[in-house]
Amino acid sequence: MTRPNTDASDLLLDMRGLTLGVATPDGILPVVQDLSLSLSTGETLGIVGESGCGKSLTSLAIMGLLEGTPVRVLAGEIFFRGRDLLRLSPRERRAIMGNEMSMIFQEPMTSLNPVYRIGDQIIEAIREHRPMSRRAARDRALELLTMVRIPDPAGRIDSFPHQLSGGQRQRVMIAMALAGSPRLLIADEPTTALDVTVQAQILKLIVELQKDTGMGVMLISHDLGVIAETCDRIAVMYRGRVVETAGARELFQDMRHPYTRGLLDSIPEADEDVDRLSAIPGRVPTLDETITGCAFHPRCARAGAGCDSDQPALTAFAPTHFARCHYPLEPDA
Amino acid sequence: MTDAAPLLQVRDLKTHFTFRAPSTGVLPGPKRVLKAVDGVSFDLAEGEVLGIVGESGCGKSTVGRTLTKLEPATSGEALFRGRDILGLSAGAFRPLRREIQMIFQDPFASLNPRLTIEQTLAEPVRIHGLARTREEVRARISDTLVKVGLDPKVMTRYPHEFSGGQRQRIGIARVMIVEPRLVIADEAVSALDVSIQAQVLNLIKDLQRDSGISMLFISHDLGVVRHISDRVAVMYLGRIVETAPKAAIFEKPAHPYTRLLLASIPRIRPGRQPVVDLGEPASAASPPSGCAFHPRCPLATDICRSTRPDPVDLGNGRSSACHHAGQLLGEAA
Repeated sequence: MTRPNTDASDLLLDMRGLTLGVATPDGILPVVQDLSLSLSTGETLGIVGESGCGKSLTSLAIMGLLEGTPVRVLAGEIFFRGRDLLRLSPRERRAIMGNEMSMIFQEPMTSLNPVYRIGDQIIEAIREHRPMSRRAARDRALELLTMVRIPDPAGRIDSFPHQLSGGQRQRVMIAMALAGSPRLLIADEPTTALDVTVQAQILKLIVELQKDTGMGVMLISHDLGVIAETCDRIAVMYRGRVVETAGARELFQDMRHPYTRGLLDSIPEADEDVDRLSAIPGRVPTLDETITGCAFHPRCARAGAGCDSDQPALTAFAPTHFARCHYPLEPDA
Repeated sequence: MTDAAPLLQVRDLKTHFTFRAPSTGVLPGPKRVLKAVDGVSFDLAEGEVLGIVGESGCGKSTVGRTLTKLEPATSGEALFRGRDILGLSAGAFRPLRREIQMIFQDPFASLNPRLTIEQTLAEPVRIHGLARTREEVRARISDTLVKVGLDPKVMTRYPHEFSGGQRQRIGIARVMIVEPRLVIADEAVSALDVSIQAQVLNLIKDLQRDSGISMLFISHDLGVVRHISDRVAVMYLGRIVETAPKAAIFEKPAHPYTRLLLASIPRIRPGRQPVVDLGEPASAASPPSGCAFHPRCPLATDICRSTRPDPVDLGNGRSSACHHAGQLLGEAA
C-alpha cells in the first residue's frame, strides 16, 4: 500500500491512526490511541507529556522495537518516505533501521558495551549497514566523532565508555546514530540523565547537526523547556492521545487545551517568582484505569457536559494548530 | 529573618572519602581521597529555607547526609542551636534525631512495603515518645495525613497502593509527624511528574510556613530552588561558590558558574543567552588547581589557575568565591 497523498515530497514520516495496546489478563488496554502526526525533512517535532502518556511507546513502534514487549500495534499506519513500515518484511525494515532512521536513548551508559572501545563500537555500527574495510570504517568513525564535537577524537577513539563523561558518552551514541546518515533521528529523552550545563551543549549539538544534515528530528521529552527551545512543532500527549499540536511559537502564544496550560503553569521557572504554582489537581492516570470521555476530565477545571462521556475530536484552530477539547481555552486577549 | 542566633551554623565542613584507584597490574591501586565536601560554611536562620543547588558530584547531597550523620564528617563544625552535632556519638545524637529530619528523593525506596501507612507513621511517634495511648497515636497520624493532603482512611493501606506523588506525601507525613525543627530535603520532588511536582512543592511550602521549620532544600533544578528558597547557595566540586538571597542570585549572579547554570536552563520563553561550550565538570577526585571552575570559565586569568578564591562578602547577604566577582557585579549593574 502506498501513501495516498504523495504531493508533499519532503514528508518524511506520517503516522495515521496509530493505536497500540498491551495485552493483560483483563483484556487489551489501549496505551496509544488514534495517533496521527507527521514530520517533514529538516523539521524538529517535539513530543511532550508525563509518564504513561505513550510518547516513548510511539517512538518504539516507529523503530519496530516493540518486539519482546507486551505492546502490540492494533491499528494504523506509519508511512516513512511513502512506505508503510508496518507492512514491510522484517528484512526490509532492518534495512531502514540504523540507516535511514536511527534513535538515541536516555542512558548512554546502558546502550554502550562497557568492554569494547568506543571506536570499535562505532566501526561495528558503520559496517553493519555499509560493507567497507576496517580502515575506511575507522576513518569514518573519526569523522563522526569530529561531527559530534568530541574533543581530541583521535585520542578518544580508543577509550572505553567508562573513561568518558556522561556528555561525551551521549555524543558517542549520537555519532553511532549518525553512522548511516539517517534522514530521521528519534531522540528519546536524550538529555534527561545529564546535568543542565551538559544538557545545553547536547541540545545545541542536536540542533546544529539537524541544520547541517537536513535530517528530520523527533525529540521526545517530559521537559517542556527542552522541547520549547529545540522544536519547530510540538505535540502534547496525555494518556495515549495527542491532545494538542501546533507550531512551537503558536502553541505558547495561543494554547487551547487545559492540559497544555496546566503543564506550563506547573513548572517553577528560574526567571520569575510566583507564590504558589497552579498545580493540576489529581494524579496522572495509570494504564489500568478506565476513564470514559476525555481522559483529562477528572483533573480539568473546565470540564462540563459531555467531557465524561464523549471523546473530543481533534479540532483545528489554525491550519497547523489542533486540540482535542470540548471547552477549549479562549485566545489570550 | 530574625537577628537571633542561627538555628544551624556550618563552619568549614569537610567530608572526604578514601578509595583505592583502579589497579593497573598485580598491585592494588594507590589510595586516593575524594573531597566530596571541602570546606563548606553557611548559616541557616529559624524559619529560613536555604536552597543548595549544583550539578551531580558537587557534594550537595553529601552536605545533607553529613548533617544528618549518615556520613561521618572529616572535619569542621555544625552547630545546631549552638551545639556541635558532628562530634556527637550515635547515642548522644539520638535525642536530636527528632528535630533534624530528612526527606529523600525516592519515596518508593524509603517506605517499607510490608507495613501499612499507620504502622509506618506510628513507628517514629512511639520511638520519640510523642503519644502514649493507641488512640493518641492514631489521632496524631490522622491529623498529619490531613495536613499532607491525604484522607485518614488510607491508614490501613500499603505503599504499593499509592502513586508516586502520594508516596512522597506519606514520606513528608513521616517527617512532619515528629515536629522537626530542621528538615533537609534532598531532591524531594525530582522523581515526580511535573504536574505532581507542583502539588508537592506547594505542600512543602505551606507546611514550612505554617510550622516555621528551617529547611535545607537540595536540588539540581534551579526553577524548583527559586520557587521554594529564601536564600540560595550554589555548589561546585565540593565548595560553595556563591550565596545570596534568591532574587539577587537569579537576577545578578556574582559567580561565573552561577551564570553558566542560569544560561543553560532550557527556556520556554525565547531570549536565552547562548551557551558557551566549555566542557564538563572535573571529578572531585582530581579537582583542577586554583579555582576548580577555571577550566570552564570565560573570565579565568593566571590567578584563577594558581590560587583558590575564598568566599568574599559582597554585602546585602551575598558572597562569591571568585577573583573576578567585582567585575561581574559591575557588568550587571
